[in-house]
Amino acid sequence: MKPRPAYQAFRVVALIFVVLSLLAPLLWMVAASFKTNVDIYDPGKALVFSPTMDNYFKVLQQANYVEFIVNSLWVAFAATVASLILGVPAAYSMSRFNMKKSALVVLMARVIPGVSLLVPWFYVFSNLKMVGGFGVLIISHMFVSLPLIVYIMMGYFDSLPEELEQAALVDGLTHIGAFRRITLPLSVPGIATAGILSFIFSWNNFMFALVLSDADTKTLPVAIFDFVGYASIDWGGLMAATTVVTLPIMVIALFVQKYVVSGLTAGATKG
Amino acid sequence: MATITTTKAPRSAPTDPETPGWVRWANDHRKWLFAAPAMIFVAVLLVFPLAWTGYLSLTDAEGSVRAESEFVGIQNYLDVLTDTERFWPAVGRTATFTAVALLFEVVLGMAIALLLWRPFKGQRWVRVAILMPLVATPVAVGMMWRLIFDPNIGLANQVLGWVGIGPQPWLAGQHSALPTTIFIDVWQWTPMVVLILLAGLTSLSEEPQEAARIDGASTWQRFRHVTLPLLMPTLTVAILLRGIDALKTFDILYATKGRGGGSFHEVETLNVYAYGLSFDYNEYGVSSTVLILFFLIIIGAMWALTARRKEAQR
Repeated sequence: MKPRPAYQAFRVVALIFVVLSLLAPLLWMVAASFKTNVDIYDPGKALVFSPTMDNYFKVLQQANYVEFIVNSLWVAFAATVASLILGVPAAYSMSRFNMKKSALVVLMARVIPGVSLLVPWFYVFSNLKMVGGFGVLIISHMFVSLPLIVYIMMGYFDSLPEELEQAALVDGLTHIGAFRRITLPLSVPGIATAGILSFIFSWNNFMFALVLSDADTKTLPVAIFDFVGYASIDWGGLMAATTVVTLPIMVIALFVQKYVVSGLTAGATKG
Repeated sequence: MATITTTKAPRSAPTDPETPGWVRWANDHRKWLFAAPAMIFVAVLLVFPLAWTGYLSLTDAEGSVRAESEFVGIQNYLDVLTDTERFWPAVGRTATFTAVALLFEVVLGMAIALLLWRPFKGQRWVRVAILMPLVATPVAVGMMWRLIFDPNIGLANQVLGWVGIGPQPWLAGQHSALPTTIFIDVWQWTPMVVLILLAGLTSLSEEPQEAARIDGASTWQRFRHVTLPLLMPTLTVAILLRGIDALKTFDILYATKGRGGGSFHEVETLNVYAYGLSFDYNEYGVSSTVLILFFLIIIGAMWALTARRKEAQR
């Protein structure tokens, strides 16, 4: 069935508008990151300007951003791996044994506002001398990743036929052996989806690091604020900083979009 | 990431007498062995803090959590629930923010999903564009729009100038700040609704559509009486997921307006208010009270929506 030509034309115009509205602000941000602060203030230099790398030098050299990039990478990576280790078997169990109530305990973490936990966390972790260390950041980010991973993997295990494991049991494998040798290898696409989503959400997380990190363990979203002063904002530096934070995650998403989409829509169509 | 083992599986049956006892025990108890670590992790980080927040809400803790705070019973609740200067306006802003943002995201999301539904050339690229706001760091998104909406140097007012409209205060205005942050939320999260609805649309079967077409239903009638009812469960999931996150919005508000939601608290939602009470003013007793009330609101909203969802499934 081919849609009518009038609708086709309307659709092309509408979609161009949608794409422009979504991408133009991001392109504007990147453009501003290559402008001097004088050029940013000049409407005549909106599109035509002589690009400068100064903002990036400022961000990467003076503002210590290389260190913050490493911090963000490490926290997001460690939280993702640890959450996968805890979350994948849990999701398997919850899916196979239909543990709806147990799953709810983990999924509650997705619903609760992070602030309501931060005061007790801050108190306990500062008494344990952990505030300002990586451990507490990784734990708090795991609190974001784990429910996500359990949610995605439960749906994935639901869709894997149980017969495959039963066949493996007949062949003499133990239950855990069947999980390890049959189910786990078959779940690699699901685990990739869950891992990528977990990494993205952890990378973007702001509030936990805002409270629980210090000058040495700051992650990128918190470091952005270094360019916002009391009286004025260094717009060029700020836009370079935001570009440095968002660009890597966008490039990752570009290459693995199939997984990102299936992760974001996980469970949605089952109703 | 899982590693794929290519070596042949050992042929030892679970009942094999050579199987060590602990292996048999682990297999028999695998249900909880697998689930418990994750559950304990979340429960420790969740249940204890919640209980403590509940306790703190009944004390006058201030400055430091462990200082000689006194048990004051429900005094904090009385104070907060009669506070028409900060608390109730914050509740109002939270409700406005969530309701308006959700409304726009669902309507726009539905429209864009329908545009994208039938295959066309370049569909892949449109989907990539839709993904970009979703994965962008929310704090960075807030800062980006802060530059675009800057009253003096921002692109938004320049564009308005081209079409002869005077400059607007946007985020700087006392009354325009909240609508502007809603706009930013809509920009970032409408794509999420699009993706979910698109997944729902592509999983619909074609027969009801064809049947309605043969019966002579117009495009609008087909959407209203065929597509929309079939899509209802997916739509409810989208509303549920987006609604919970919109209620909890923090990053965009903090990035654009800073502490306290601006000097007139113009974007101070419950989340921003509770954060300020906890970490800017260290009023732990009152902040815990606000958090408990906030928590109850979220649970209530979730309960209402899941009830709606179960109804839609029938």
